Amino acid sequence: MADLAAQKARPQYRNIHVTQLLGYRLPPAGIVSILHRISGALLFLAGIPFGLYLLSTSISSEISFQTYRAVVTSVPGKLLLLVLAWAFLHHAIAGVRYLLLDRHVGIQKEASRTSAVAVLALTAVLTLLVALKLFGAF
Amino acid sequence: MTTRRIVVGAHYGLRDWLAQRITAVVLLAYTLLLAGAMLFTPELTYGTWSGLFATAWMKVATLMAVIALIWHAWVGVRDIYMDYVQSTGLRLTLQVATVLALVGYALWAVIILWRV
Repeated sequence: MADLAAQKARPQYRNIHVTQLLGYRLPPAGIVSILHRISGALLFLAGIPFGLYLLSTSISSEISFQTYRAVVTSVPGKLLLLVLAWAFLHHAIAGVRYLLLDRHVGIQKEASRTSAVAVLALTAVLTLLVALKLFGAF
Repeated sequence: MTTRRIVVGAHYGLRDWLAQRITAVVLLAYTLLLAGAMLFTPELTYGTWSGLFATAWMKVATLMAVIALIWHAWVGVRDIYMDYVQSTGLRLTLQVATVLALVGYALWAVIILWRV
């Protein structure tokens, strides 16, 4: 009995509590899924208002275009653009994966795992390119 | 013999599921259109950029994308509320606020495009 009690208890997840979230090992498809939701929330909360603000200032007049230039070349502006670029890229690329899954393309376990990793990799590469472009590497 | 059917739900599930996917495709198409238009614009200045949005086809395409966007956002955000906000009162409040914000954004987009 003592041995049994001393044995390290394996974690059990029945109803996941918020405090257990970081210890919960999600498969790649699960990571893509929760990031799809988080990126969607970000795009709603910040993406739509900021996007409309940029559209408004950039096309309304020459003077407002200068405001637009000032905003998108400022460091806070660039950081916000980078976060939103990630959110958009992840949401769009993961979205294409979901459309394909809906068409029963790649629903097998291995294929869906590969496509989930591909979504994460492609998003990471494109976000890195956006970061390099924003901060003047090319 | 009687058949007892238990009817549950408000039957907006399939419609919203489909709407989310159709609007997603519209948004992808608009993204590619905008990317293509920017690629074919030699230099991005106020003149070329506002000129792009001054054309009727771009105004129509942009407004279509805005309608698809607020519809898409509505389905997605409502799903998030339904999953995490269990208090009916708070959920209704958030949903109303979201609808008002989204309709406001759509009207703002119309005003922006009206100016060029």
